Amino acid sequence: MMNLELVFPEIFLSLSIMFLLLLGVFKKKSSKLVLNISLIVLLIIAVITFNETMGVSKTTLFSGSIIIDYLSSFMKIVTLISAFSVLVISTNYLKSFKIFKIEYPILILSSVLGMMIMISSNDLIVFYMGLELQSLALYVLATFNRDQIKSSEAGLKYFVLSALSSGLLLYGCSLIYGFTGSTNFDIIADQLNSSEYALTFGIVFILVGLAFKISAVPFHMWAPDVYEGSPTSVTLFFTMVPKIAALTVFIRFLYVPFLNQIDQWQTILIFLSIASMLFGAIAAIGQRNLKRLIAYSSIGHVGYALAGVATGTNDGIQSSVIYITIYILMNLGFFSCLLMMRRNNEYYEELDDLSGLSKNHPLLSISMLIILFSLAGIPPMAGFFAKFYIFKSVLEQSMYFLAIVGLLSTVIAAFYYLRIIKIIYFDKEKESYDKDHSLWLKFSLVSSTILILVYFIFPSRLIEIVSKINII
Amino acid sequence: MNFPILSSLILLPSIGAFFLFFTKSNEENNNTVKYVALFTSLVNFFLSIYLWVLFDRSTSEFQFVENRIWIKDFINYKVGVDGISILFIILTTFITPLCIISINSSIKVRLREFLIAVLIMESFMLGVFCALDLVIFYLFFEAGLIPMFLIIGIWGGERRVYSAFKFFLYTLLGSVLMLVAIISIYWISGTTDVVKLYELGINPKYQNLLWLAFFSSFAVKTPMWPVHTWLPDAHVEAPTAGSVLLAAILLKMAGYGFIRFSLGLFPIASEIFTPLIYVLSVIAIIFTSLIALMQEDMKKLIAYSSVAHMGFVTLGVFTIQQQGIEGSIIQMISHGLVSAALFLCVGVVYDRMHSRLISTYGGIVTIIPKYSVLFMIFALASLGLPGTSGFIGEFLILMGAFKDNFLVAVIASIGVILGAAYILWMYKRVVFGNLVNTDLKKMVDLNKSEIFILLSLAIPILFFGFYPEPLINTIEVSIENLITTYNEKLVINKL
Repeated sequence: MMNLELVFPEIFLSLSIMFLLLLGVFKKKSSKLVLNISLIVLLIIAVITFNETMGVSKTTLFSGSIIIDYLSSFMKIVTLISAFSVLVISTNYLKSFKIFKIEYPILILSSVLGMMIMISSNDLIVFYMGLELQSLALYVLATFNRDQIKSSEAGLKYFVLSALSSGLLLYGCSLIYGFTGSTNFDIIADQLNSSEYALTFGIVFILVGLAFKISAVPFHMWAPDVYEGSPTSVTLFFTMVPKIAALTVFIRFLYVPFLNQIDQWQTILIFLSIASMLFGAIAAIGQRNLKRLIAYSSIGHVGYALAGVATGTNDGIQSSVIYITIYILMNLGFFSCLLMMRRNNEYYEELDDLSGLSKNHPLLSISMLIILFSLAGIPPMAGFFAKFYIFKSVLEQSMYFLAIVGLLSTVIAAFYYLRIIKIIYFDKEKESYDKDHSLWLKFSLVSSTILILVYFIFPSRLIEIVSKINII
Repeated sequence: MNFPILSSLILLPSIGAFFLFFTKSNEENNNTVKYVALFTSLVNFFLSIYLWVLFDRSTSEFQFVENRIWIKDFINYKVGVDGISILFIILTTFITPLCIISINSSIKVRLREFLIAVLIMESFMLGVFCALDLVIFYLFFEAGLIPMFLIIGIWGGERRVYSAFKFFLYTLLGSVLMLVAIISIYWISGTTDVVKLYELGINPKYQNLLWLAFFSSFAVKTPMWPVHTWLPDAHVEAPTAGSVLLAAILLKMAGYGFIRFSLGLFPIASEIFTPLIYVLSVIAIIFTSLIALMQEDMKKLIAYSSVAHMGFVTLGVFTIQQQGIEGSIIQMISHGLVSAALFLCVGVVYDRMHSRLISTYGGIVTIIPKYSVLFMIFALASLGLPGTSGFIGEFLILMGAFKDNFLVAVIASIGVILGAAYILWMYKRVVFGNLVNTDLKKMVDLNKSEIFILLSLAIPILFFGFYPEPLINTIEVSIENLITTYNEKLVINKL
């Protein structure tokens, strides 16, 4: 007997997407309605996921191809909340570009569906399906501002490169299938014959595909262009949500079937992590566009999250999950600031547009200050604790080199974060920006800033929640 | 449950800063914010005096300890004071209100934000001196960078951006290695609680690397030669109140760290690396004194003299003699008062003439006599004239050094002479001589608040110069205990 209620969130989400599509087609001027319904749907699903699956011990469905456990439930809830916040703060931005259409919330919902399937996948084919569903929605989202050449370019670039990486990933899947005779993670784990070197190729190909999705160096090239070209609200979505799903798959793929092969993949992950941390820190220094800059910064942050995965311990996984959660919070705050830089319906995204912001917008600047110091990992902000847990788990495994490189790149990265602060606080002021922002935008900025700032008072809350993740 | 006096000390300035955030201020009428900040810092000062009165001098145990679970099974929020830390707490709470009074015309824009930064800074610095857990210590130690970065960057001089970045990145680079060491200690010993670590000791085979990691952080912060170059830049560009905070308190965090952590946690490594510290300290004393001799900017001169004085401090700490460490602590307290006073003196003439160059001045003794007298007291205290607190510190350090290593002590004594040379020469060129620059005639002598600030610094300098007993009395037992356990651990290791 199957527990269908465990996959009820996914089923409900697919039905809602279909319903919303029909509604959008048959009812004229329904974009606001569709958006509101989507928000409600996301909330309902988050509540259902929390109620139905949070307490469930590890269960597999559909002959082992879908898995529901604490990790999947937690990551789904984080995904849903982030998607909710992206939708809720992007309306004004979309309206000012006249791209407030019904497709936007529907595409976001479909990609969320894809991510939820990815997060729950316990089988290579299910995982691939989820991945493609979310990617297809993301290609369209990247080109959403189709009258702008940069946006179209971003979408095309993303599509071509992503298709290539999907191909590699699929090839890896077929290799693994060929050598173990199954696509199911648990069966692969049983059938594994560690003497097969060709199997390692399979792992490597899949890791390449995943590294591409999570934009880890050296598979990061698409990120800056796509982030810059896409509409800002879509960039926000890109920097936050797909990373959660990709990280979960990273964890599950490496730790369920291939934990015994740790000496094969650990080095690869350490390399990915070190390269991302260093490259993200160094390459961001030369950027003048804030979206490009945040692209490089997100590459760096992914490096830290991967350092936790590279440890091969439960502690490491937990610290990665904490890292990505705090990172999402910081990004939400940063992009809320970015979306507030609006003057006469035009949005500004160059570094110099921030010049002297503190004179005219003291509250916005102080939030930016807190968020930037947090991104740089300076105590007592939340970002410090995120890094702290990562280094704690890395040093537990005596990986001193990784830890020291990571900390040194923090110092390098601190430079460009400080430069933004310098521009905000030390430079001459410019014309002030509009001050009438939507309530949701203000709310998301204030709440993320306060959470980042007061995190140090209750640091153990998040740890207690995350410490139930146990997949080894 | 006792009243959590240390947590109140740490939190009070932040609460004041929080209220300031909601206090109205404008460019014309800044008094309200200033009074709120002053009131907060004064309450804190009296609270710390009360702490000193309650403090039990006869024991080396940590007192007023508060221990709360912060991160379960990992870190406890633990604070407490002993004889070593309590004086630094009083120094911090004493200097901060003086800083706030000294702000008059020098900070014109965004006074409210400046005061918020100063108060938050005070919170963090008190946290550093109270923390009894390595992670908590690191948290406060690093967090102090944020307000200082803003103080230098927003209210600083022409090259403020360069100096602020240099200050921030230099110290951050030094500190990250300390973070690695702290987490490693957690994995080696299973705790980051300083008191437990004192009892358990740390496995000797890891001590050398851990010591070096802590050293990299403290050496930058002290600052020791050759990583001192951020200090002159930071001092020159910072506004007067910022320089005072930096010289009087920030630099002391590292000296305190050396005593509390390097000596306390890694005795075996400290023994091994003592020659390194000696060499660097002696170079710092001689080399930076010579550099100070050639400076044309008064603030820069005092900054270099700070490096030299901190050289004495590190020298004294690593003599591991009762006198040496006592001398170091008194030297730090004394330097905190004297350098704060000297920076304020420079600030006084800078406010009037907008120049920090020595060559601008000359012959001002007849124009502003009150100022010249007070300036002289501080200059003499800086060179360590008997009867000032500077003398007690340097004398005790040299006494400790002579016991431990004759050669080092002799070379360091030369530094004392050089110290007299640069400070007196500067004083001569600024105050005496012929009045060449006729603009100087328009200078007005000290106003009431300036006299008040400088006098309140001069009185303790002279008082402790003649009667250092209250200071020594406070620190004596703790240092005795520190040295005994240090030697015991060395003996155990040799067996």
